[in-house]
Amino acid sequence: MIISLLLVAFLPFLLFIGLYLKSVLLLHDYSLGDLIFSKVWRPSSGKFGFAPFIIGSIWVTVVSMLITAPICLLTAIYVTQYTKKYFLRIMHPAIDILAGIPSVVYGLWGILVIVPFISRYLGPWLGIQTMGYSILAASFVLSIMIIPFVLNILIEIFRAIPTELKEAALSLGATQWQTIKHVLLRKALPGIIAAFGFGLARAFGETMAVLMVVGNVVRLPKSVFDPGYTLPALIANNYGEMLSIPKYDSALMFAALLLLAVSLFFNLVMHFFIVRYNKY
Amino acid sequence: MDQNTKIEIRDLNVFAGKTQILKNINIDIPKNKITVILGPSGCGKTTLLKCLNRLTDLYPELKVSGQILIDGNNILEAKEDIYKLRQQMGLLSQRPYPLPMTIYNNIAYALKLRGIKNRREIHKLVMHYLQQASLWEEIRTRLREPASRLSIGQQQRLCLARGLAVNPEIILADEPTSALDPISSQFIEETFGSLKNDYTIVLVTHVLRQAKRIADNVVFMYLGEVIEQGSVEEVFGNPKMEKTKLYLGGTFN
Repeated sequence: MIISLLLVAFLPFLLFIGLYLKSVLLLHDYSLGDLIFSKVWRPSSGKFGFAPFIIGSIWVTVVSMLITAPICLLTAIYVTQYTKKYFLRIMHPAIDILAGIPSVVYGLWGILVIVPFISRYLGPWLGIQTMGYSILAASFVLSIMIIPFVLNILIEIFRAIPTELKEAALSLGATQWQTIKHVLLRKALPGIIAAFGFGLARAFGETMAVLMVVGNVVRLPKSVFDPGYTLPALIANNYGEMLSIPKYDSALMFAALLLLAVSLFFNLVMHFFIVRYNKY
Repeated sequence: MDQNTKIEIRDLNVFAGKTQILKNINIDIPKNKITVILGPSGCGKTTLLKCLNRLTDLYPELKVSGQILIDGNNILEAKEDIYKLRQQMGLLSQRPYPLPMTIYNNIAYALKLRGIKNRREIHKLVMHYLQQASLWEEIRTRLREPASRLSIGQQQRLCLARGLAVNPEIILADEPTSALDPISSQFIEETFGSLKNDYTIVLVTHVLRQAKRIADNVVFMYLGEVIEQGSVEEVFGNPKMEKTKLYLGGTFN
Protein backbone atom coordinates (compact mmCIF):
# COMPACT_ATOMS: atom_id res chain seq x y z
CA MET A 1 0.00 0.00 0.00
CA ILE A 2 2.78 2.38 0.93
CA ILE A 3 4.59 1.53 -2.27
CA SER A 4 1.57 2.30 -4.41
CA LEU A 5 1.02 5.49 -2.44
CA LEU A 6 4.59 6.57 -3.05
CA LEU A 7 4.25 5.65 -6.69
CA VAL A 8 1.19 7.86 -7.09
CA ALA A 9 2.78 10.68 -5.12
CA PHE A 10 5.99 10.66 -7.12
CA LEU A 11 4.61 9.89 -10.54
CA PRO A 12 4.30 13.55 -11.54
CA PHE A 13 7.89 14.14 -10.49
CA LEU A 14 9.10 11.09 -12.37
CA LEU A 15 7.23 12.27 -15.46
CA PHE A 16 8.71 15.68 -15.07
CA ILE A 17 12.24 14.39 -14.72
CA GLY A 18 11.79 11.97 -17.61
CA LEU A 19 10.52 14.66 -19.94
CA TYR A 20 13.23 17.01 -18.83
CA LEU A 21 15.96 14.50 -19.56
CA LYS A 22 14.47 13.85 -22.98
CA SER A 23 14.27 17.53 -23.86
CA VAL A 24 17.61 18.50 -22.37
CA LEU A 25 19.19 18.17 -25.80
CA LEU A 26 17.07 21.06 -27.03
CA LEU A 27 17.51 23.09 -23.88
CA HIS A 28 21.24 22.70 -24.24
CA ASP A 29 21.32 24.55 -27.56
CA TYR A 30 18.60 27.13 -27.07
CA SER A 31 17.71 29.35 -24.18
CA LEU A 32 14.36 28.79 -22.51
CA GLY A 33 13.27 32.32 -23.36
CA ASP A 34 14.02 31.79 -27.05
CA LEU A 35 12.05 28.59 -27.16
CA ILE A 36 9.00 30.04 -25.48
CA PHE A 37 8.89 33.45 -27.12
CA SER A 38 10.16 32.80 -30.61
CA LYS A 39 7.46 32.67 -33.30
CA VAL A 40 9.34 30.78 -35.98
CA TRP A 41 8.71 27.05 -36.17
CA ARG A 42 10.90 25.51 -38.86
CA PRO A 43 12.34 22.30 -37.50
CA SER A 44 14.14 21.41 -40.74
CA SER A 45 16.28 24.52 -40.43
CA GLY A 46 16.62 24.12 -36.70
CA LYS A 47 14.19 26.80 -35.64
CA PHE A 48 12.00 25.82 -32.72
CA GLY A 49 9.72 28.63 -31.61
CA PHE A 50 6.90 27.47 -29.40
CA ALA A 51 5.05 30.76 -29.14
CA PRO A 52 2.37 29.91 -31.76
CA PHE A 53 1.47 26.72 -29.92
CA ILE A 54 1.51 28.28 -26.50
CA ILE A 55 -0.55 31.26 -27.62
CA GLY A 56 -2.88 28.95 -29.56
CA SER A 57 -3.42 26.79 -26.49
CA ILE A 58 -4.09 29.83 -24.32
CA TRP A 59 -6.58 31.25 -26.83
CA VAL A 60 -8.52 28.02 -27.09
CA THR A 61 -8.53 27.49 -23.33
CA VAL A 62 -9.54 31.02 -22.41
CA VAL A 63 -12.29 31.33 -25.03
CA SER A 64 -13.76 27.95 -24.12
CA MET A 65 -13.74 28.87 -20.43
CA LEU A 66 -15.45 32.17 -21.25
CA ILE A 67 -18.22 30.14 -22.84
CA THR A 68 -18.26 27.40 -20.22
CA ALA A 69 -18.05 29.33 -16.96
CA PRO A 70 -21.19 31.47 -17.17
CA ILE A 71 -23.30 28.71 -18.72
CA CYS A 72 -22.32 26.21 -16.03
CA LEU A 73 -22.70 28.59 -13.12
CA LEU A 74 -26.10 29.88 -14.18
CA THR A 75 -27.37 26.41 -15.06
CA ALA A 76 -26.20 24.99 -11.74
CA ILE A 77 -27.88 27.79 -9.81
CA TYR A 78 -31.08 27.45 -11.81
CA VAL A 79 -31.27 23.69 -11.55
CA THR A 80 -30.52 23.53 -7.84
CA GLN A 81 -32.40 26.61 -6.62
CA TYR A 82 -35.30 27.27 -8.95
CA THR A 83 -36.54 24.07 -10.54
CA LYS A 84 -38.45 21.19 -9.03
CA LYS A 85 -36.50 18.13 -8.01
CA TYR A 86 -37.64 15.91 -10.86
CA PHE A 87 -35.99 18.30 -13.32
CA LEU A 88 -32.60 17.40 -11.93
CA ARG A 89 -33.49 13.71 -12.13
CA ILE A 90 -34.10 14.15 -15.86
CA MET A 91 -31.05 16.27 -16.41
CA HIS A 92 -28.52 14.11 -14.62
CA PRO A 93 -28.57 11.21 -17.10
CA ALA A 94 -28.39 13.68 -19.99
CA ILE A 95 -25.32 15.32 -18.48
CA ASP A 96 -23.71 11.94 -17.80
CA ILE A 97 -24.26 10.84 -21.39
CA LEU A 98 -22.65 14.03 -22.67
CA ALA A 99 -19.71 13.44 -20.36
CA GLY A 100 -19.23 9.90 -21.60
CA ILE A 101 -19.01 10.59 -25.35
CA PRO A 102 -15.48 9.99 -26.72
CA SER A 103 -13.70 13.17 -27.72
CA VAL A 104 -13.20 12.02 -31.30
CA VAL A 105 -16.98 12.01 -31.73
CA TYR A 106 -17.10 15.58 -30.53
CA GLY A 107 -14.36 16.40 -33.02
CA LEU A 108 -16.33 14.84 -35.84
CA TRP A 109 -19.43 16.73 -34.78
CA GLY A 110 -17.31 19.89 -34.79
CA ILE A 111 -16.18 19.26 -38.36
CA LEU A 112 -19.68 18.46 -39.58
CA VAL A 113 -21.63 21.14 -37.71
CA ILE A 114 -19.56 23.84 -36.03
CA VAL A 115 -16.97 24.43 -38.75
CA PRO A 116 -19.53 24.89 -41.58
CA PHE A 117 -21.68 26.99 -39.24
CA ILE A 118 -18.80 29.37 -38.62
CA SER A 119 -17.60 29.55 -42.23
CA ARG A 120 -21.04 29.87 -43.82
CA TYR A 121 -23.14 31.76 -41.29
CA LEU A 122 -21.34 33.28 -38.32
CA GLY A 123 -18.31 34.56 -40.27
CA PRO A 124 -20.22 36.17 -43.17
CA TRP A 125 -22.80 37.55 -40.77
CA LEU A 126 -20.04 39.35 -38.89
CA GLY A 127 -18.31 40.26 -42.17
CA ILE A 128 -15.28 38.11 -41.48
CA GLN A 129 -13.60 35.79 -43.94
CA THR A 130 -12.94 32.48 -42.26
CA MET A 131 -12.61 28.91 -43.36
CA GLY A 132 -14.30 27.69 -40.23
CA TYR A 133 -11.38 25.73 -38.85
CA SER A 134 -10.50 28.18 -36.13
CA ILE A 135 -9.86 28.96 -32.49
CA LEU A 136 -13.57 29.63 -32.12
CA ALA A 137 -14.58 26.24 -33.54
CA ALA A 138 -12.17 24.50 -31.18
CA SER A 139 -13.46 26.54 -28.25
CA PHE A 140 -17.08 25.68 -29.06
CA VAL A 141 -16.34 21.99 -29.27
CA LEU A 142 -14.24 22.12 -26.12
CA SER A 143 -16.97 23.94 -24.22
CA ILE A 144 -19.54 21.33 -25.15
CA MET A 145 -17.08 18.71 -23.94
CA ILE A 146 -16.20 20.21 -20.59
CA ILE A 147 -19.59 21.68 -19.70
CA PRO A 148 -20.94 18.32 -18.47
CA PHE A 149 -17.96 17.81 -16.18
CA VAL A 150 -17.93 21.30 -14.72
CA LEU A 151 -21.71 21.37 -14.45
CA ASN A 152 -21.82 18.07 -12.58
CA ILE A 153 -19.30 19.31 -10.02
CA LEU A 154 -21.10 22.62 -9.60
CA ILE A 155 -24.47 20.95 -9.10
CA GLU A 156 -22.99 18.72 -6.41
CA ILE A 157 -21.40 21.74 -4.74
CA PHE A 158 -24.66 23.68 -4.62
CA ARG A 159 -26.55 20.65 -3.40
CA ALA A 160 -24.06 20.12 -0.60
CA ILE A 161 -24.88 23.52 0.93
CA PRO A 162 -27.19 22.84 3.87
CA THR A 163 -30.78 24.02 3.44
CA GLU A 164 -30.56 25.50 6.92
CA LEU A 165 -28.03 28.07 5.72
CA LYS A 166 -30.49 29.11 3.05
CA GLU A 167 -33.26 29.25 5.63
CA ALA A 168 -31.07 31.36 7.90
CA ALA A 169 -30.56 33.95 5.17
CA LEU A 170 -34.23 33.90 4.16
CA SER A 171 -35.35 34.27 7.79
CA LEU A 172 -33.44 37.55 7.90
CA GLY A 173 -35.70 38.82 5.15
CA ALA A 174 -33.36 38.23 2.22
CA THR A 175 -34.96 37.51 -1.13
CA GLN A 176 -34.07 34.31 -2.90
CA TRP A 177 -31.72 36.12 -5.25
CA GLN A 178 -30.04 37.96 -2.38
CA THR A 179 -29.59 34.64 -0.62
CA ILE A 180 -27.97 33.14 -3.69
CA LYS A 181 -25.78 36.15 -4.38
CA HIS A 182 -24.56 36.95 -0.89
CA VAL A 183 -24.65 33.64 0.91
CA LEU A 184 -24.74 30.60 -1.36
CA LEU A 185 -22.23 31.85 -3.92
CA ARG A 186 -19.82 32.87 -1.21
CA LYS A 187 -20.20 29.55 0.53
CA ALA A 188 -19.63 27.73 -2.74
CA LEU A 189 -16.73 29.88 -3.92
CA PRO A 190 -13.86 27.46 -3.18
CA GLY A 191 -15.78 24.70 -4.93
CA ILE A 192 -16.61 26.92 -7.90
CA ILE A 193 -12.95 27.81 -8.32
CA ALA A 194 -11.97 24.16 -8.11
CA ALA A 195 -14.59 23.21 -10.70
CA PHE A 196 -13.44 25.92 -13.10
CA GLY A 197 -9.81 24.98 -12.54
CA PHE A 198 -10.67 21.40 -13.36
CA GLY A 199 -12.39 22.52 -16.55
CA LEU A 200 -9.45 24.73 -17.42
CA ALA A 201 -6.98 21.88 -17.04
CA ARG A 202 -9.12 19.62 -19.19
CA ALA A 203 -9.51 22.27 -21.87
CA PHE A 204 -5.80 22.93 -21.93
CA GLY A 205 -4.89 19.28 -22.28
CA GLU A 206 -7.65 18.14 -24.64
CA THR A 207 -6.07 16.82 -27.81
CA MET A 208 -8.25 14.98 -30.27
CA ALA A 209 -11.33 17.16 -30.61
CA VAL A 210 -9.27 20.34 -30.77
CA LEU A 211 -6.82 18.93 -33.30
CA MET A 212 -9.70 18.06 -35.61
CA VAL A 213 -11.20 21.55 -35.80
CA VAL A 214 -8.56 24.08 -34.84
CA GLY A 215 -6.95 24.18 -38.28
CA ASN A 216 -3.39 23.23 -37.28
CA VAL A 217 -1.72 26.25 -38.85
CA VAL A 218 1.48 27.40 -37.24
CA ARG A 219 1.09 31.11 -36.79
CA LEU A 220 -0.01 33.53 -34.14
CA PRO A 221 -3.80 33.81 -34.32
CA LYS A 222 -5.01 37.40 -34.44
CA SER A 223 -8.67 36.73 -33.76
CA VAL A 224 -10.84 33.81 -32.75
CA PHE A 225 -11.71 33.29 -36.41
CA ASP A 226 -8.10 32.51 -37.29
CA PRO A 227 -6.87 28.95 -37.32
CA GLY A 228 -4.29 27.98 -34.74
CA TYR A 229 -2.33 25.11 -33.32
CA THR A 230 -2.17 23.83 -29.78
CA LEU A 231 0.56 22.10 -27.79
CA PRO A 232 -1.24 18.75 -27.43
CA ALA A 233 -2.10 18.78 -31.13
CA LEU A 234 1.54 19.44 -31.98
CA ILE A 235 2.63 16.34 -30.11
CA ALA A 236 -0.18 14.13 -31.38
CA ASN A 237 0.21 15.17 -35.01
CA ASN A 238 3.96 14.85 -35.23
CA TYR A 239 5.29 12.31 -32.83
CA GLY A 240 6.58 9.29 -34.68
CA GLU A 241 7.04 11.18 -37.92
CA MET A 242 9.99 13.15 -39.23
CA LEU A 243 12.05 12.04 -36.29
CA SER A 244 15.05 12.05 -38.57
CA ILE A 245 15.18 15.82 -38.20
CA PRO A 246 17.75 16.59 -35.54
CA LYS A 247 16.36 17.50 -32.13
CA TYR A 248 12.80 17.13 -33.38
CA ASP A 249 11.77 14.48 -30.86
CA SER A 250 13.50 16.51 -28.20
CA ALA A 251 11.35 19.50 -29.18
CA LEU A 252 8.17 17.45 -28.89
CA MET A 253 9.29 16.31 -25.45
CA PHE A 254 9.77 19.93 -24.55
CA ALA A 255 6.20 20.61 -25.66
CA ALA A 256 5.04 17.87 -23.33
CA LEU A 257 7.14 19.35 -20.56
CA LEU A 258 5.48 22.72 -21.13
CA LEU A 259 2.06 21.11 -20.94
CA LEU A 260 2.91 19.43 -17.69
CA ALA A 261 4.38 22.62 -16.26
CA VAL A 262 1.30 24.63 -17.16
CA SER A 263 -1.06 22.02 -15.65
CA LEU A 264 1.02 22.05 -12.48
CA PHE A 265 0.83 25.83 -12.45
CA PHE A 266 -2.97 25.73 -12.81
CA ASN A 267 -3.14 23.29 -9.95
CA LEU A 268 -1.05 25.45 -7.67
CA VAL A 269 -3.01 28.61 -8.44
CA MET A 270 -6.27 26.76 -7.87
CA HIS A 271 -5.02 25.38 -4.60
CA PHE A 272 -4.03 28.84 -3.48
CA PHE A 273 -7.48 30.24 -4.17
CA ILE A 274 -9.27 27.34 -2.55
CA VAL A 275 -7.26 27.73 0.64
CA ARG A 276 -7.72 31.48 0.49
CA TYR A 277 -11.52 31.34 0.27
CA ASN A 278 -12.14 28.27 2.34
CA LYS A 279 -11.91 30.02 5.66
CA TYR A 280 -15.59 30.84 5.92
CA MET B 1 -59.34 38.15 20.01
CA ASP B 2 -57.52 38.38 23.29
CA GLN B 3 -55.38 41.50 23.67
CA ASN B 4 -52.46 39.46 24.88
CA THR B 5 -52.45 36.93 22.08
CA LYS B 6 -49.66 37.52 19.60
CA ILE B 7 -50.07 34.51 17.36
CA GLU B 8 -53.26 32.58 16.76
CA ILE B 9 -53.09 29.34 14.87
CA ARG B 10 -56.43 28.11 13.55
CA ASP B 11 -57.15 24.74 11.91
CA LEU B 12 -53.67 24.44 10.53
CA ASN B 13 -53.14 21.35 8.40
CA VAL B 14 -49.95 20.45 6.59
CA PHE B 15 -49.69 17.64 4.07
CA ALA B 16 -46.58 16.26 2.44
CA GLY B 17 -48.01 14.29 -0.43
CA LYS B 18 -50.49 11.95 1.25
CA THR B 19 -48.97 12.03 4.70
CA GLN B 20 -50.44 14.54 7.07
CA ILE B 21 -47.70 16.16 9.11
CA LEU B 22 -49.86 18.56 11.13
CA LYS B 23 -53.45 17.79 12.02
CA ASN B 24 -55.90 20.54 12.91
CA ILE B 25 -53.57 22.63 14.98
CA ASN B 26 -55.16 25.33 17.15
CA ILE B 27 -52.79 27.25 19.38
CA ASP B 28 -52.81 30.67 21.03
CA ILE B 29 -49.40 32.11 21.67
CA PRO B 30 -49.40 34.94 24.21
CA LYS B 31 -47.38 38.10 23.88
CA ASN B 32 -44.13 38.59 25.80
CA LYS B 33 -44.14 35.06 27.12
CA ILE B 34 -42.07 32.01 26.37
CA THR B 35 -44.26 29.38 24.77
CA VAL B 36 -42.62 25.99 24.60
CA ILE B 37 -43.74 23.48 22.02
CA LEU B 38 -42.90 20.14 23.53
CA GLY B 39 -43.01 16.70 22.04
CA PRO B 40 -41.00 13.73 20.86
CA SER B 41 -38.91 13.91 17.70
CA GLY B 42 -40.84 13.73 14.46
CA CYS B 43 -44.10 15.04 15.87
CA GLY B 44 -44.18 18.07 13.57
CA LYS B 45 -42.77 20.72 15.89
CA THR B 46 -40.23 21.96 13.40
CA THR B 47 -42.77 22.03 10.58
CA LEU B 48 -45.07 24.09 12.77
CA LEU B 49 -42.27 26.56 13.40
CA LYS B 50 -41.48 26.76 9.69
CA CYS B 51 -45.11 27.55 8.96
CA LEU B 52 -44.85 30.56 11.23
CA ASN B 53 -42.31 32.35 9.07
CA ARG B 54 -43.33 30.81 5.78
CA LEU B 55 -40.13 28.83 5.32
CA THR B 56 -42.54 26.14 4.19
CA ASP B 57 -42.55 28.04 0.89
CA LEU B 58 -39.15 26.47 0.26
CA TYR B 59 -40.68 23.03 0.08
CA PRO B 60 -43.14 22.91 -2.79
CA GLU B 61 -44.24 19.41 -1.75
CA LEU B 62 -45.83 20.79 1.43
CA LYS B 63 -49.48 21.79 1.29
CA VAL B 64 -50.43 24.20 4.03
CA SER B 65 -54.02 25.12 4.86
CA GLY B 66 -55.70 26.96 7.71
CA GLN B 67 -54.90 30.28 9.31
CA ILE B 68 -51.99 31.73 11.21
CA LEU B 69 -52.91 35.14 12.57
CA ILE B 70 -50.17 37.42 13.78
CA ASP B 71 -51.68 40.54 15.34
CA GLY B 72 -54.82 39.56 13.48
CA ASN B 73 -53.28 39.24 10.00
CA ASN B 74 -53.35 35.89 8.31
CA ILE B 75 -49.78 35.37 7.20
CA LEU B 76 -50.56 32.29 5.16
CA GLU B 77 -52.52 34.47 2.78
CA ALA B 78 -49.99 37.26 2.66
CA LYS B 79 -48.71 37.18 -0.85
CA GLU B 80 -47.16 40.60 -0.96
CA ASP B 81 -44.20 40.89 1.31
CA ILE B 82 -42.93 37.64 2.74
CA TYR B 83 -39.57 39.31 3.32
CA LYS B 84 -41.04 41.95 5.63
CA LEU B 85 -43.02 39.24 7.31
CA ARG B 86 -39.96 37.11 7.98
CA GLN B 87 -38.25 40.12 9.48
CA GLN B 88 -40.91 40.18 12.17
CA MET B 89 -39.37 36.96 13.43
CA GLY B 90 -35.87 36.03 14.42
CA LEU B 91 -35.03 32.40 13.78
CA LEU B 92 -32.66 30.24 15.78
CA SER B 93 -32.16 26.77 14.37
CA GLN B 94 -30.99 23.49 15.87
CA ARG B 95 -27.41 23.99 14.88
CA PRO B 96 -25.85 27.37 14.30
CA TYR B 97 -25.48 28.33 10.66
CA PRO B 98 -23.41 31.49 10.56
CA LEU B 99 -23.36 33.16 7.17
CA PRO B 100 -20.08 32.72 5.29
CA MET B 101 -18.79 36.15 6.31
CA THR B 102 -16.97 37.81 9.17
CA ILE B 103 -18.54 37.95 12.62
CA TYR B 104 -19.24 41.64 12.15
CA ASN B 105 -20.85 41.19 8.74
CA ASN B 106 -23.12 38.43 9.98
CA ILE B 107 -24.93 41.06 12.02
CA ALA B 108 -24.37 43.90 9.57
CA TYR B 109 -25.94 41.87 6.76
CA ALA B 110 -29.17 41.52 8.73
CA LEU B 111 -29.11 45.26 9.41
CA LYS B 112 -28.58 46.05 5.75
CA LEU B 113 -31.55 43.89 4.82
CA ARG B 114 -33.52 46.03 7.24
CA GLY B 115 -32.51 49.02 5.14
CA ILE B 116 -29.98 50.57 7.50
CA LYS B 117 -27.16 52.06 5.46
CA ASN B 118 -25.46 54.52 7.77
CA ARG B 119 -22.14 52.91 8.74
CA ARG B 120 -21.96 54.52 12.14
CA GLU B 121 -25.43 53.31 13.00
CA ILE B 122 -24.59 49.83 11.79
CA HIS B 123 -21.52 49.87 13.98
CA LYS B 124 -23.52 50.90 17.00
CA LEU B 125 -26.23 48.31 16.40
CA VAL B 126 -23.80 45.45 15.80
CA MET B 127 -22.38 46.15 19.22
CA HIS B 128 -25.84 46.46 20.73
CA TYR B 129 -27.09 43.12 19.44
CA LEU B 130 -23.90 41.28 20.32
CA GLN B 131 -24.30 42.60 23.84
CA GLN B 132 -27.92 41.52 23.90
CA ALA B 133 -26.84 37.99 23.03
CA SER B 134 -24.12 38.27 25.71
CA LEU B 135 -21.37 37.68 23.20
CA TRP B 136 -19.77 41.11 22.93
CA GLU B 137 -17.21 40.80 25.71
CA GLU B 138 -15.82 37.54 24.36
CA ILE B 139 -15.37 38.57 20.76
CA ARG B 140 -14.97 42.33 20.71
CA THR B 141 -11.42 41.99 19.39
CA ARG B 142 -12.29 39.33 16.83
CA LEU B 143 -15.02 41.07 14.84
CA ARG B 144 -13.17 40.76 11.53
CA GLU B 145 -12.58 37.04 11.81
CA PRO B 146 -14.69 34.54 9.88
CA ALA B 147 -17.72 33.57 11.93
CA SER B 148 -16.93 29.89 11.44
CA ARG B 149 -13.91 30.22 13.75
CA LEU B 150 -16.09 30.76 16.80
CA SER B 151 -16.93 27.86 19.08
CA ILE B 152 -20.30 26.29 18.43
CA GLY B 153 -21.84 27.88 21.53
CA GLN B 154 -20.58 31.28 20.45
CA GLN B 155 -21.87 30.66 16.93
CA GLN B 156 -25.32 29.96 18.30
CA ARG B 157 -25.28 33.20 20.26
CA LEU B 158 -24.08 34.98 17.12
CA CYS B 159 -27.07 33.53 15.29
CA LEU B 160 -29.31 34.78 18.08
CA ALA B 161 -27.79 38.25 17.76
CA ARG B 162 -28.30 38.06 14.01
CA GLY B 163 -31.92 37.06 14.52
CA LEU B 164 -32.44 39.99 16.86
CA ALA B 165 -30.80 42.35 14.39
CA VAL B 166 -33.77 42.21 12.03
CA ASN B 167 -35.69 43.88 14.85
CA PRO B 168 -38.32 41.18 15.20
CA GLU B 169 -41.28 40.99 17.53
CA ILE B 170 -41.16 37.24 17.73
CA ILE B 171 -38.28 34.84 18.26
CA LEU B 172 -38.64 31.35 16.84
CA ALA B 173 -36.20 28.83 18.28
CA ASP B 174 -35.96 25.26 17.06
CA GLU B 175 -34.23 23.17 19.73
CA PRO B 176 -31.59 25.88 19.92
CA THR B 177 -29.51 24.16 22.57
CA SER B 178 -29.52 20.61 21.26
CA ALA B 179 -26.03 20.91 19.78
CA LEU B 180 -24.55 22.90 22.65
CA ASP B 181 -22.67 22.10 25.82
CA PRO B 182 -24.46 22.71 29.15
CA ILE B 183 -22.82 26.06 29.81
CA SER B 184 -23.65 27.46 26.39
CA SER B 185 -27.18 26.11 26.76
CA GLN B 186 -27.53 27.90 30.06
CA PHE B 187 -26.29 31.09 28.42
CA ILE B 188 -28.99 30.83 25.75
CA GLU B 189 -31.72 30.03 28.25
CA GLU B 190 -30.77 32.96 30.45
CA THR B 191 -30.72 35.25 27.45
CA PHE B 192 -34.22 34.09 26.53
CA GLY B 193 -35.38 34.83 30.06
CA SER B 194 -34.22 38.42 29.75
CA LEU B 195 -35.53 38.82 26.20
CA LYS B 196 -39.11 37.91 26.88
CA ASN B 197 -39.94 41.39 28.12
CA ASP B 198 -39.48 42.69 24.62
CA TYR B 199 -40.22 39.67 22.47
CA THR B 200 -42.70 36.87 22.10
CA ILE B 201 -40.71 33.69 22.14
CA VAL B 202 -41.70 30.35 20.63
CA LEU B 203 -39.32 27.58 21.56
CA VAL B 204 -39.41 24.06 20.25
CA THR B 205 -37.80 21.37 22.37
CA HIS B 206 -38.02 17.75 23.33
CA VAL B 207 -36.16 18.30 26.59
CA LEU B 208 -38.59 18.23 29.49
CA ARG B 209 -36.34 19.91 31.98
CA GLN B 210 -35.65 22.78 29.63
CA ALA B 211 -39.36 23.32 29.16
CA LYS B 212 -39.88 23.26 32.90
CA ARG B 213 -37.05 25.74 33.47
CA ILE B 214 -38.04 28.48 31.06
CA ALA B 215 -41.59 28.00 29.82
CA ASP B 216 -44.54 30.20 30.65
CA ASN B 217 -46.85 28.27 28.40
CA VAL B 218 -46.55 24.71 27.15
CA VAL B 219 -48.01 23.09 24.06
CA PHE B 220 -47.62 19.32 24.03
CA MET B 221 -47.65 17.75 20.58
CA TYR B 222 -47.67 14.15 19.52
CA LEU B 223 -47.76 12.73 15.98
CA GLY B 224 -48.84 15.97 14.40
CA GLU B 225 -51.56 16.77 16.88
CA VAL B 226 -51.79 19.14 19.79
CA ILE B 227 -52.56 16.95 22.77
CA GLU B 228 -52.64 19.56 25.47
CA GLN B 229 -51.83 23.20 25.98
CA GLY B 230 -51.84 25.63 28.87
CA SER B 231 -49.64 27.33 31.41
CA VAL B 232 -46.61 25.46 32.61
CA GLU B 233 -48.21 24.86 36.00
CA GLU B 234 -51.30 23.30 34.43
CA VAL B 235 -49.54 21.05 31.95
CA PHE B 236 -46.73 19.91 34.19
CA GLY B 237 -48.57 20.04 37.49
CA ASN B 238 -51.88 18.58 36.49
CA PRO B 239 -51.88 17.04 33.02
CA LYS B 240 -55.33 16.07 31.84
CA MET B 241 -54.51 13.79 28.95
CA GLU B 242 -53.14 10.29 29.27
CA LYS B 243 -50.41 10.82 26.65
CA THR B 244 -49.14 13.94 28.36
CA LYS B 245 -48.90 12.07 31.64
CA LEU B 246 -46.95 9.28 29.97
CA TYR B 247 -44.56 11.68 28.26
CA LEU B 248 -43.97 13.69 31.39
CA GLY B 249 -43.41 10.48 33.30
CA GLY B 250 -40.77 9.50 30.78
CA THR B 251 -42.50 6.26 29.82
CA PHE B 252 -42.34 7.05 26.14
CA ASN B 253 -40.51 9.57 24.08
